[in-house]
Amino acid sequence: MPIPLSASEVLDREFLAARAKLIELAAILDRIDRAEGDPADDDRLAQFRQSFELLAADGPDRAERVQAIFSLPYDENWQQS
Amino acid sequence: MHFIDPHIHMAARTTDDFRRMATAGCVLVGEPAFWMGYDRSGVNSFYDYFRQLTEWEVKRAANHGIQHHAWMGINAKEAEDVGFSREVIATLPEFLDRPSVLGVGEIGLHKNTKNEVTTLLELIDLALGRDEQMLFHTPHLEDKYLGTRMILDILRADTRVDRTRVCIDHCEEHTIRPVLDEGYWAGITMYPTSKATPERAADMVEIYGADRLLVNSSADWGPSDPMAVPAFIYEMRRRRHPESLIRQIVYENPLKFFNQSRNFKFTAVV
Repeated sequence: MPIPLSASEVLDREFLAARAKLIELAAILDRIDRAEGDPADDDRLAQFRQSFELLAADGPDRAERVQAIFSLPYDENWQQS
Repeated sequence: MHFIDPHIHMAARTTDDFRRMATAGCVLVGEPAFWMGYDRSGVNSFYDYFRQLTEWEVKRAANHGIQHHAWMGINAKEAEDVGFSREVIATLPEFLDRPSVLGVGEIGLHKNTKNEVTTLLELIDLALGRDEQMLFHTPHLEDKYLGTRMILDILRADTRVDRTRVCIDHCEEHTIRPVLDEGYWAGITMYPTSKATPERAADMVEIYGADRLLVNSSADWGPSDPMAVPAFIYEMRRRRHPESLIRQIVYENPLKFFNQSRNFKFTAVV
């Protein structure tokens, strides 16, 4: 079913919330950088980077695809392992 | 608007929460048995917990005009010890016969281990042998997709399963599609930092429709909000969705699902 709002209306409503989340995310990354140690090889940072690339690209189902980045893979033969 | 929270852990909440929920229009809650934040030391701890869910919480809710129903089961987090789980499962029939009990739940997987699967298969067999409805917990975070697909595989392999009497709960964007495609009810849990939010729940309604969809707070002892269903109602109204659609999701759908339980009787509040 369609959302009853226009795209411009959605953007108007969500702009400040999205802006705040982006700034919060930037601040979290800055905080990690400022802290002692170097977690550059941490897989979680790689998951962040994959997510940023996905958000910057066009295409549908971004939320579903970001979820996939943070998910263990499914093996349909799991019952035999 | 009257609403139902079909999945909430009131045993971990205060009486003030009952009052706030009733004030906001809550008329009925479903409370699945779950992990109380610590592993229980013996089967008697479970026995007393099941008594709490079927006796004390029913009265506490009724004091606020809220009808309380429970689901009986052993949660996935405590299901790793198969022998202990069998002791708990042996106590379930007594409680499944109680008048406020909806069926077997919440059961499912946590870390998707072999032992969890063994216990889950025995719980499913108990439920199907008694013609009970089932409510499934799906794992957290990175384990959710794999665990959800494993649960769907297990259910698909059992020809006794009536999919219209099963809810797969805690669905998110990456798991809701296969759940609905295979004919099950899908639950969406709205949490502050994990699972979904009221906004994302509304998104999923717009993408997948309202049929066989339940929204809940799953509020418990952790970061959670017993007012999550009213927050969902608010978000849907902000998007100008019709009241009839909102009512279907927060009231008519849970009644339709619960009505398939032989113990369920509901008198509408006028």
